Amino acid sequence: MTVASPSDLQPPAPNNQGPSGQGQSLGLQPEGWLRYLSFSLDHKVIGLQYLICAFLFYFLGGALAGVIRTELASPISDFVSRETYNEVLTLHGTVMIFLWIVPVVNGAFGNYLIPFYVGARDMAFPRLNAVAFWLIPPAGILLISSYFIKGGAAQSGWTAYPPLSITTPALGQVIWILSVLLLGGSSIFGGINFIATILKLRRPGLQLMQLPMYCWAMLGTSILVVLSTPVLAGTLILLSFDIIAHTGFFNPALGGNVVVYQHLFWFYSHPAVYIMVLPAFGLVSEILPVHARKPLFGYTTMVYSILAIVVLGLVVWAHHMFTSGTPPWMRLFFTIATSFIAVPTGIKFFNWLATLWGGKIALNSAMLFACAFIVNFVFGGITGVALAQVPFDIHVHDTYFVVGHFHYIVYGGTVFVIFSSVYHWYPKFTGRMLNEDLGRLHFLLTFVGFNLCFAPQHWLGLNGMPRRVAEYDPAFTTWNQVSSVGALLMAISTLPFLINVVVSAFNGKPAGANPWNALTPEWLTSSPPPVENWIGEAPLVTHPYGYGTPADRIDLGNATGEQIWGDSRR
Amino acid sequence: MPIPSALITLLLGMALVLAGLWVGYNVSLLPVDASSNAPVYDALFRVLFSIGTILFIGIVGLLLFSLVRFRRREGDLADGAAIEGNLPLEIVWTAIPAVVVLFVGIYSYDIYERMGGMTPLNDHSAMHANHSALGSAEQPGTAAAIQAGSVSIQAAAVAPTGDGPSTGDGKPPSRVWAGIGAGSDQQGALSVDLTAMQFAFIFHYPQANIISGELHVPIDRQVALRMEARDVIHAFWVPQFRLKQDVIPGQPTLLNFTATRPGTYPIVCAELCGPYHGGMRSSVVVHEPADFEAWLSKNTPAPPPTVASSNSTPTA
Repeated sequence: MTVASPSDLQPPAPNNQGPSGQGQSLGLQPEGWLRYLSFSLDHKVIGLQYLICAFLFYFLGGALAGVIRTELASPISDFVSRETYNEVLTLHGTVMIFLWIVPVVNGAFGNYLIPFYVGARDMAFPRLNAVAFWLIPPAGILLISSYFIKGGAAQSGWTAYPPLSITTPALGQVIWILSVLLLGGSSIFGGINFIATILKLRRPGLQLMQLPMYCWAMLGTSILVVLSTPVLAGTLILLSFDIIAHTGFFNPALGGNVVVYQHLFWFYSHPAVYIMVLPAFGLVSEILPVHARKPLFGYTTMVYSILAIVVLGLVVWAHHMFTSGTPPWMRLFFTIATSFIAVPTGIKFFNWLATLWGGKIALNSAMLFACAFIVNFVFGGITGVALAQVPFDIHVHDTYFVVGHFHYIVYGGTVFVIFSSVYHWYPKFTGRMLNEDLGRLHFLLTFVGFNLCFAPQHWLGLNGMPRRVAEYDPAFTTWNQVSSVGALLMAISTLPFLINVVVSAFNGKPAGANPWNALTPEWLTSSPPPVENWIGEAPLVTHPYGYGTPADRIDLGNATGEQIWGDSRR
Repeated sequence: MPIPSALITLLLGMALVLAGLWVGYNVSLLPVDASSNAPVYDALFRVLFSIGTILFIGIVGLLLFSLVRFRRREGDLADGAAIEGNLPLEIVWTAIPAVVVLFVGIYSYDIYERMGGMTPLNDHSAMHANHSALGSAEQPGTAAAIQAGSVSIQAAAVAPTGDGPSTGDGKPPSRVWAGIGAGSDQQGALSVDLTAMQFAFIFHYPQANIISGELHVPIDRQVALRMEARDVIHAFWVPQFRLKQDVIPGQPTLLNFTATRPGTYPIVCAELCGPYHGGMRSSVVVHEPADFEAWLSKNTPAPPPTVASSNSTPTA
C-alpha cells in the first residue's frame, strides 16, 4: 500500500466523466416508490430492487427450510409426501443460491456501491443492468410455479444429477433448467457490467490499488461468473435435450456418461461458492475498518489473496466427486488445490483480526454480524479443509456433515455479512438509522439459532445420517430436534429484523450523510444520494481506509458532497 | 498498543495446543469402528479435529479478546492507530496456514496410501494379471481400503471416467470404472456383486449363488464388492466401516473392505435417488467365520457352498 497524501480526500478534477446520456434518461424515470417497480436505469434503484426482491425470495427459501426442518423433527416421513419433500429441498437450494445469495451480494450491494467506489454516476451499461435485474422476478416466479403444475417441481436436488433428473417428472425439471438458465444469464450480464465498470469507468486519477476492497472482490467474482456460468448453461441445455429430445449425453441407457455431467456441473458450482463468499469478504472489508476506526490491514495482500482464490477456485471442482469415480491422481490434485485455498483465505482472516487489533471497536449490530461471520466462517473453513482430504471426505460425503459445513459457509458466512451490510448501509439507502436494540436482538436470535441448527448436523453426518432424506434412523432424533429448534429460532429472528427495517424507514432517527464517519465515497454524499450520486464532481478518494491518519481529516459527520467539494482544500 | 508479554503468549499458546490435542483425542464423535479401514480413518480424524480445535479456539479467542480489549469507550470518538500492514507479520500468517495445510495434505496422503488409495484400479482383465502383486503390497490381511480411482492409469490407457464404451443396460461391461481399494484385490477375497436399484440393495454371492437383501460377511476376510446401479446413481455407505462409494449406472465400481468387528451395521444409500431415498437402507451382518459358513450353507440353494477362493471375476 503506498502512502497516501496527507489528505485522503482530494478535490474533484474537472471534466469528470459519467455515462453519457444518463441525465436525460434518468429524468424520465418515475418518482417516489414507483421507481422500484420500474425499468429504472439508476444503479441505486436497481441495487435496491435486487435487495428487496432477493429478500422476498429469502423468506420463501426460509419457509421451505421450515418445511424441511419440520419433516425432520421426527424420524419418519410424516409431514409432507416424499415427492413433495424432494421438491421442497430442490426449491430450497435453488432459491437460496440463485435467487437470494448470488443476487444480494453481487446484484444488490454491487450495483449500489461499485459506481460510488469507482467514482462513476452509474454502471457502464445501465440498460443491461436493468435487464439483468428484470430477468430475476420472472425466473423466480417460473421456478415456483413449477410446484403447482402436474408432476410438480424438480425433485432431483439443486445438483440435478442425471439419470435421476432424467427420470423424475419432466416438466418440472425442464422449468427448473429454464429458470436457472435465466438466472445464470442475469448473473453473466451483471458480471460483464461489473468488470467493465471497475476497469473502464474509474474516475480519472483513481488507481486500481486505491479502490475499496469490495471492488476487488467484485472484479474477482465477476471473472468467475463470466468464466464458469456459461459452462453450467451449456450443461443444463444438454440435460434438457436428454429430457425433452431423449438424447443420450448423460443417459447411461443411451450410452451417456453421468460422471461427465458432474464434472461440468461442479465446474460452475464450486466457483459458485466463491461467487457467494468473495463479495461477502469484500463487504466485510468495508465494514470492519469503519467501526474499528482503523485502516484495513494489509491491503495489498488482501488484493492478491482475492486473485489467488479466483485462480484456485477454478481448479477444485472435483472435490465434490471423491466418491463418484475419479482416478487417484485427480483426487490428489483436487485435494491439494482445495487445501491451498485455505492459505489466501487464512490471510484474509488474519488481516481482519489485525484490523480489529488496537482499534476503537463500536460493537453495533453491523459489527456484531461481521464478527460472528468471522467465527462461523472459520468453523466452516476448518471443516472445509478436512473435507478436502480424500480419506476424510469418503466417509462424510453426501451426509449431514456436508450440509452443516456449507451452511456455515453460505449462511454463517455470507448471510451474516448480508445482515451486517444491511445494518451498515441502511442509513445510506434510506437516510434513517435502524434501531440498535432490535438489531442486537436480531443478532442474538440469529447467532444462537444458526449454531443450534447447524452445529449438530456435523455429528449427525459423522454418525450415519445422509443428506436429502425425509426419514432417518430414530437414533438421530434428539439432535435433529435440536436442529429444528434452531431453525425455529432463525425464523423468529427475522421478525425483529423485518419490524426494524419497515418501521425505521418511516420513524428511524435521521442518519445524515455520514453517520459512521466513514471514508469510502458513498458516504461523501447525502443519504439517500441524489440521482447523480454527488452534487458536482465525484470525489477522488485515494485512501479509502485512512482511519487514524492524524492530521488534516475533517469531520465528515453530516457533510454533503457539495459542502466537502465546494470549498477548496488544496 | 499493549501486547501481552511474550511469556504469557507462549503459555497461552501451549495451553491452547494441549487443549486442542485433549479435545481431539478425548471427544469421540464417530460411531464404532468395524472395518480394518476405520481405525486408520479415525487416526486422521483425531489429527484434523485437534488442529481444527486449536485454530478455532485460537482465532475466536483472539477475536473476543480484541472486541473486549479494544472496544470503544463512551465518548471516545478518536480513531485507532493508523497501522496499514506489517510485512513480517503477514509473511508469518501466510506461512502458518501453508505449513498446516501442507502437513495435513501429506499426512492424509499417507493415510490414503495406507488405505490402498493410490493403487491404480485396473481394467478388470488387467487386474487378474497383477492382482497378487498389488494386493499384499501393504497390509496383507487388512488391505481394505479407500479410494482407488477410476480406470487404470498404468494398465489400460483409457481416458479417466470419460468416454467409455457404451454399455447397454442389461449387459454389464467387463471394465470397472471406479472403486475404493479396488486395486488391493487379493487372494481369498470373498466376492459379492451388488445391484442397487430404486430403492433396494441386492447382493449376489456368485460362488454360492445366493441372492440376499442383506450383506453377510465374515470378519477378517477381505470382501470385494462389485457394484452397479440399475437405474439412477446410488451410493453404498457403511458409517461403521467409514467407507462410501457411489453405485453408478453403466459404470461398475468396486469396493474392497475387511470387516473386523462382529455385529449388524446399517448400509445407507447416500446419493439422492428418488422419493424413497431416505428409506433405502439395508444391513451388513458381520459374522465370526464359523457363523458365516453356517449362514452360507443354510442359504445356498442347490450346490454345496464353495467358499470363494481366489478368483473374483464377476461375470454377472
